[in-house]
Amino acid sequence: MSSKIKKNIPLIDQHDKNFMYGGKFGGNFIPETLKKPIDDLTKLFAKLRKEKKFLKERDYFFQTYVGAPTPFIKLENLTDHLGGAQIYAKVVSEAKGGAHKIYGATVHCMIAKRAGKKYVVGDTGAGYAGKMLSMAAKKFGLKCKIFMGAKDIKRQRPNVEAIRKNGAEIVPVTTGSQTLVDAVSECMRYWVSNCDTTHMCVGSTVGPNIFIKICAWSTAQISRELIKQVQEEFGMIPSKLKLINCVGGGSSAAGFWNEFIDTSAQFIGVEAGGPRNSKLHAAPLTNGSKIGILHGAAQYVIQDKEGQIGSTESISAGLDYPGISPLHCFLKDTKRAKYTSASDEEALRAYQLVSKLENISPSLEPSHAFAEAIKLAPKLKSSEVIIVNSCGDSLKDKDIIKQKLGSYNR
Amino acid sequence: MRSKIAEVFDNCKKIKRPALITYTVAGDNTKNNSLKILNKISKHADILELGFAHNTPIADGGQIQESSHRAIKNGIKLKDVFQIVKKFKKNNPNKPIILMGYFNLIYQNGENNFLKNCKASGVDGLIVVDLPYPENKIFANKCKKKSINFIQLLSPTTSKERIKKIIKDSHDMIYYISMLSTTGGKLKVSPKNILKNYNRIKRINPKKNLVIGFGITNKTISSLKSANGLVVGSLLCKTITNSLKMRQNPVTNLDKVVYNLKNKIL
Repeated sequence: MSSKIKKNIPLIDQHDKNFMYGGKFGGNFIPETLKKPIDDLTKLFAKLRKEKKFLKERDYFFQTYVGAPTPFIKLENLTDHLGGAQIYAKVVSEAKGGAHKIYGATVHCMIAKRAGKKYVVGDTGAGYAGKMLSMAAKKFGLKCKIFMGAKDIKRQRPNVEAIRKNGAEIVPVTTGSQTLVDAVSECMRYWVSNCDTTHMCVGSTVGPNIFIKICAWSTAQISRELIKQVQEEFGMIPSKLKLINCVGGGSSAAGFWNEFIDTSAQFIGVEAGGPRNSKLHAAPLTNGSKIGILHGAAQYVIQDKEGQIGSTESISAGLDYPGISPLHCFLKDTKRAKYTSASDEEALRAYQLVSKLENISPSLEPSHAFAEAIKLAPKLKSSEVIIVNSCGDSLKDKDIIKQKLGSYNR
Repeated sequence: MRSKIAEVFDNCKKIKRPALITYTVAGDNTKNNSLKILNKISKHADILELGFAHNTPIADGGQIQESSHRAIKNGIKLKDVFQIVKKFKKNNPNKPIILMGYFNLIYQNGENNFLKNCKASGVDGLIVVDLPYPENKIFANKCKKKSINFIQLLSPTTSKERIKKIIKDSHDMIYYISMLSTTGGKLKVSPKNILKNYNRIKRINPKKNLVIGFGITNKTISSLKSANGLVVGSLLCKTITNSLKMRQNPVTNLDKVVYNLKNKIL
């Protein structure tokens, strides 16, 4: 049975009574101990998202603290260079801290305050979710602990330093592949032991249903701004519009597309293809992975026949995750969005071209999305519009870029 | 017909002691050794839990993670787990075995296929860590039809209303998690308080067999012996880890540890 997207219902609410999207994706596959804290959080969030005061507070912090709206710009040089569709960028990396993770972090801290919790814990891959949570925690007066894979701690040094500077504790995770997947597991384990005093923030649109909801509800700010900016720029929503976004867990893409669900805009998600000659792609949607259960939710996930979760490899720590948000599984199944992948090499070349021609410097995650835009644009007419979500700033990748390309100029 | 699990509890109640339930991981440290371990410790233990390892466990502490890691590294597959059970049951047909693990492995194996394999190898019960009530209802019913015990968990965070519902739907054994922790955490609640919670649950339906697990060691086990059963897992996994480090035989060391545990609850 194929599922359908319902009109006029927020994407995050299109689940059944078991919190499954399309009857197949998501749910709450959690230990009994977490049942109550997750129920409590689910009820609290349902209340808060309807509460005028809470919404006003959110808007206030997004405007004065995060910095809204983030710029929407035309990439004139890149458009001319490629000759084809007009290319635009939503420069979300201009938000406080340099990436979209600030939206979820801010909202989680607001919720933690309301729940009367004094501690927040979170996972991080590229280090952005951790950096933003540590920043927001500091602002809201909460104590913060960040779980991060030991491999990621080494390769995302600038963000690690930022987390420490914000006064948060970093817990290195040395189990498994020592990347995001292990950081999320360890963070959930920590929450199992400390759920009475601690609020957990999942850094992306993954995990038990409520975390998917909170995250996507927060990043939806991106498309709330964008839909207005698009209407101002074109006087309408262009009939041939492509919204291209990288997907790891899928938080920025969910937010980038949310307000456009009921429009004719095309959605393209770009997964991490990994090194050209590697088989360890972090691309469960592109490569037709089977449905499995990871971190409390059913989703397409890289795994072996037995059900052991597979390892992945990507130049971009933020996309280096074997699973993918149940929301994106649902968007894929309903054919509302298309998914493809870009290799490490393509992402690096895209980074190089964009940062050379334009006054923006996307991190390696959105460079995957730019790689797809660069591939597509020359094939399209100049009446067509591509918007790329430039959701992260390259500063955190300076070590990798220097190593791969010889220099990092900023 | 009473299940073998129910019979164990009947017998233990007669002699007024709790059932001793052990947890080890299938394939730790080798497939052969884990079978040898089961054969040895079954002389002291009343029910044997056998973990089928998963590489992204969200509720296990360090000790069990290490055991699971070893087992997976040794190439353990579900079919090996069933082989171990089958071989064990051949010599110990009346000793109940409970498989414990995460749902994804069952899901990939196919629920019906998995249960067929359980039945064929002689598995008596199942604990699925990440399949809570009420999402587990359909699967629990499938288990019941095959006369396999589906064992539900209760935790200190489980509300009274929920406890009542879970107990009502439970089979022959219910597992009470002693504290907010992953497996093998240090006991951060006093045994007295654990028993207070335990008795509160027990009063809802005194006939149900309720066992306590998480954080139980040779130091704490005797103070909890008024329960229907006590589960020891991480201590056993740790014993294997330490034996390997000291180049000692994990099988004989584990035998000693379980023997000592048993003596503390007699």
